[in-house]
Amino acid sequence: MIRFSLNGETVEVDASYTTTLLDWLREERGLTGTKEGCNEGDCGACTVIVADPQNRDGLGPKALNACILFLPQLHGKAVVTVEGVSKPDGALHPVQKEMVDLHGSQCGFCTPGFIMSMVNAHLHGRTDHDAALAGNLCRCTGYAPIVRAAEAASGVDWPPDWLVEQLGQPLGDKALPIVPECSDALAQWYEANPDATLIAGATDVGLWVTKSLRSLEKVAFLNQCADLQQVEVAQTGQIRVGAAVTMQAFLPHADLIQESYGALVRRYGSEQVRSAATIGGNIANGSPIGDNPPPLIAIGAEVQLRKGDHRRVIPLEDFFLEYGKQDLEPGEFVEAILMPQTMPALRVYKLSKRFDQDISAVCGAFNVDVVDGVVSGARIAFGGMAGIPKRATEVERALLGNPWSEVTIRAAMPRFSDDFSPLSDMRASAEYRLSTAQNMLLRYFHDLSGDLVGVRAVEA
Amino acid sequence: MSVAKPLQHDAAALHVTGQARYIDDIPTPSGTLHLAFGLSEVAHGVIKSVDLGSVHGAPGVTAVLTADDLPFANDVSPSPSSEPLLAEEIVHYVGQPVFLVVATSHLAARRAAKLGKIEYEQLPALITIEDAIAADSRFEEGPRVYARGDAADAISSAPHSIEGKIDIGGQEHFYLEGQAALAMPQEGGDMVVHSSSQHPTEIQHKVADALGLPMNAVRCEVRRMGGGFGGKESQGNALAVSCAVAARLTGRPCAMRYDRDDDFVITGKRHDFLINYKAGFDDDGRLLGVDFVQYARCGWSMDLSLPVADRAMLHADNAYFIPNLRVVSHRLRTNTQSATAFRGFGGPQGMLGIERVLDHVAHAAGRDPLDVRRLNYYAGLEATRPVKGQRFSGPHSPRAEATDAQTTHYGQVVEDFILHEMTEKLVKSSDYYERKAAVADWNEKNLLLKKGLALTPVKFGISFTLTHLNQAGALVHVYSDGSVHMNHGGTEMGQGLFQKVAQVAASRFGISLQKVKITATDTGKVPNTSATAASSGSDLNGMAVKAACDTIRDRLAEFVASRAQADPASVQFKNDCVHVGAEVLSWEDVVKDAYMARISLSSTGFYKTPKLEWDRISGRGRPFFYFAYGVAATEVVIDTLTGENRILRADILHDCGESLNPALDIGQIEGGYVQGAGWLTTEELVWDDAGRLRTHAPSTYKIPACSDRPDIFNVALWDGANREETIYRSKAVGEPPLMLGISAFMALSDAVSACGRNYPDLQAPATPEAVLRAVQRVWA
Repeated sequence: MIRFSLNGETVEVDASYTTTLLDWLREERGLTGTKEGCNEGDCGACTVIVADPQNRDGLGPKALNACILFLPQLHGKAVVTVEGVSKPDGALHPVQKEMVDLHGSQCGFCTPGFIMSMVNAHLHGRTDHDAALAGNLCRCTGYAPIVRAAEAASGVDWPPDWLVEQLGQPLGDKALPIVPECSDALAQWYEANPDATLIAGATDVGLWVTKSLRSLEKVAFLNQCADLQQVEVAQTGQIRVGAAVTMQAFLPHADLIQESYGALVRRYGSEQVRSAATIGGNIANGSPIGDNPPPLIAIGAEVQLRKGDHRRVIPLEDFFLEYGKQDLEPGEFVEAILMPQTMPALRVYKLSKRFDQDISAVCGAFNVDVVDGVVSGARIAFGGMAGIPKRATEVERALLGNPWSEVTIRAAMPRFSDDFSPLSDMRASAEYRLSTAQNMLLRYFHDLSGDLVGVRAVEA
Repeated sequence: MSVAKPLQHDAAALHVTGQARYIDDIPTPSGTLHLAFGLSEVAHGVIKSVDLGSVHGAPGVTAVLTADDLPFANDVSPSPSSEPLLAEEIVHYVGQPVFLVVATSHLAARRAAKLGKIEYEQLPALITIEDAIAADSRFEEGPRVYARGDAADAISSAPHSIEGKIDIGGQEHFYLEGQAALAMPQEGGDMVVHSSSQHPTEIQHKVADALGLPMNAVRCEVRRMGGGFGGKESQGNALAVSCAVAARLTGRPCAMRYDRDDDFVITGKRHDFLINYKAGFDDDGRLLGVDFVQYARCGWSMDLSLPVADRAMLHADNAYFIPNLRVVSHRLRTNTQSATAFRGFGGPQGMLGIERVLDHVAHAAGRDPLDVRRLNYYAGLEATRPVKGQRFSGPHSPRAEATDAQTTHYGQVVEDFILHEMTEKLVKSSDYYERKAAVADWNEKNLLLKKGLALTPVKFGISFTLTHLNQAGALVHVYSDGSVHMNHGGTEMGQGLFQKVAQVAASRFGISLQKVKITATDTGKVPNTSATAASSGSDLNGMAVKAACDTIRDRLAEFVASRAQADPASVQFKNDCVHVGAEVLSWEDVVKDAYMARISLSSTGFYKTPKLEWDRISGRGRPFFYFAYGVAATEVVIDTLTGENRILRADILHDCGESLNPALDIGQIEGGYVQGAGWLTTEELVWDDAGRLRTHAPSTYKIPACSDRPDIFNVALWDGANREETIYRSKAVGEPPLMLGISAFMALSDAVSACGRNYPDLQAPATPEAVLRAVQRVWA
């Protein structure tokens, strides 16, 4: 029996493991305030707030997309929907009031999702509204009045105790066999069930169900494996990031590695996606356009794999064999990623049609060592340029041993076509991918030289 | 008076608490069935065999229907040309509905719909505009031509000339609420349909035809849509008809909503255009002749493509007097989704064509594009002959003779051209020239990044070009307790129409807005309505409600006046009271007394737009009652290494006449601008060679997100009444602001120009890839 709290009331649910919270709310509970806009986690109309009363990751309540959230992921958690935000006496939450007063809704369909993202941001005292709302699409307002409302509400009546109460309820939950609580339990179970699907944040697997309409017979959920959610400093001085660390939890570490990696992570999905998606999931699914592998490869990260009690550590770049194929045995899973704590020379550049919440057409990561004006080391890795995340070895070769100068850069740029033969698709043409990959190297040179690069650095 | 007040949307409190009800939120009786379509997987082909065995056998499936199973009309077309609900012998695009699954749940229906096995004999498919041109595949017998003067001669004899082309991508509506309908069978075979539709009367009509019933047996109700933008003018027909047919067949309520991917793949979008242009001009950049060839990709069925393409031709001049202008329009039939209405309805594409010409001419003439734009504006009000020292602001002012420079290529006189004044005001408030110089300085200093600034105008014609659609009805009841029930033919899709019209009703009765109940659009209350489209909602329905209210008010005035031995004309309705002579009566008492005196407290109202006269074949007449105007100045920055770009600032001055509700109008302007800028920047639709839409979800189709709005966003309303006698002298505001987004595109062109000598020749949408290509052209 899956057990969680819903708007302050404890509920027990006996449903298929791949029933989404959204469908359950709307169809079983008649709570139709939470809307389905896309059913794939891209529009935010279904945003709800979910808290772990034990606060295992230390991040507090989160805004999540209910459309790609399976009920077992909620076991032991507290959920608040738009119906649970106003005070029991009907008094509106400050963000609701400001959204009314400042004309933040037009058609109103996206509004409940916005309200939930705004309430969550308000709960955390956040004022970075563009970031908090990047995962909520509105087609009517042009966002300006919504941001005005968020600004007006910030600081008002904080914290709303009725909400904190609902989110903090401990449930005294019992572990479910498919929701293991530590990696040992998971390793044992998965070795015995190697044909199962492991579900961490469900931001990818969720779509197998909602879009590809696949039925997943055997599943395990990783979001309660506490030890997989830890970030530790290893003896080597590296950090060891557990595979189930969410991208939101990883963000401060990415910032420490290098600011541009942090900036990339802020563009990874949206707040709702980052709060569910895990770094291990992003690697294990082997996407050629996942945004973590290029910077991680460029900083020489390693991946720790585990099957039963057997562990092995390999360079991340070796993990990706070919499109859709990773170096993973049946029953083996990604347990952790090992990486340096900081890498000042790293720069990561992401190209997409839209700045926020878009999938990279090209994602390039550069990490060049220069000693006495000469390139002594180079690790350059790209996503979106091949069937797997891949290093630009010929480009690296063209740089190594040469003076760090625009002449060297320009001489190396043509080498990209030796490293990559990208595809044309709906995101970009092959020619564009190749020419921007080359230009990114030039941008890297200017970036390290202190020149103004990137349109985000500019104001009117 | 409640008009002119910046009141909130009537449903705002329901929106923010999740209580506002959309189709899929309506509680349904147990036993409600759910529908999904099985779709064509080829772009063009003859259906050889259909094996639906696995569909029938799938869990939860109650029935599976093909075209042969439909009892009556297999037609969901909004135009005179037919459009089958379910494919008959031939499929015409990838995504065309072929069969209909009726099942016990939405998910069961979707799962089963994937199981159909259909074999096709594939036919050659026309996907692109070029394909269709090569095959001469079109609607109508040949191109339409609207012209004035001799453009070819004017261009060839002009001191300078340019030619070029612009590809203009389409646009997915991406209403947040997907298409949805719910049909509830009634006794005696009647049907009630709830639909997320801008056009309830057409839903009623199509459902009646599909059930073999007269229209009086079908009632359609629409409380609200979760966004429409034109995408729910005709595209909801298929769902409503499916639900009604299945409900009739099973005797059970039937609901249908498209999964977002299906919505992308099945429904029509904004027409993409290719526009070829030639222009001749003098040394200053004054246009002497312009020749446009507009190619509109209409998709597989006619839908609303003819009036869309007409409107593109009617906006090929935008704000400019072009003495010799020829516009040729080809309406191409392709094996893709049937392009449909989308905010602006062809106007944006036509307008982008001429704005592109102005940009190109300015580049060739080496002048600031704004100066060239202003030079070519239609003559202002002061140019009207004879000028008798007065401005024409009222309906009773003497009409003066128009000059040629105030007449469009289709013969309508532009009687209200206020763009000279509006532009001057925005130039000042946005510091256009100072910033233009600052941008040039900045660009000198920055190697990799370039800024651009552009100010563009909008002149948009208001009225349906199909003249008979310019009518509306209303039904107003006053109950014996003084509360008012208001209904009209317009639908609410977020634009705030209901609130604006309620403000009109409250103002007519002089009562507070809280006394006016806004009710769902219902074909049983107001019949034969036009779609809520063409920005006409408040113009038409506001007037119809006013007429209904005035009828009741006149009855009340006569009643109280006769009682008090006063003149009915002296009776005043204000502040929830009725003033007759020295007496002040409460509204409630007057209503109660009128009821006791057996006075009718209910009335219909009707309105038709005056002055319209239009021949769409010859392209002559007055298709528009008036024009709505706006100006926008946008500043952008581009990265010359990648083409990435960003809007930094937008300043807008927009004309809503005497605004009925400034807050709602500003909402339309801000939202319209961002939607227009999205159309021309991040929103790219991509079909592959097989005709499959590859951008079929928000993961791949990118509407603007929160951080894409301009960092600095200044929006102001122009202060001036509509010259024409509209509802409280307001102006329509739904569509025009979308075209303010063209300034963002032109600012990008300006930024690219800063990279070198060549003309950027920027294509739309200006994705990073398109911008980089333009940068490379300028460098070449």
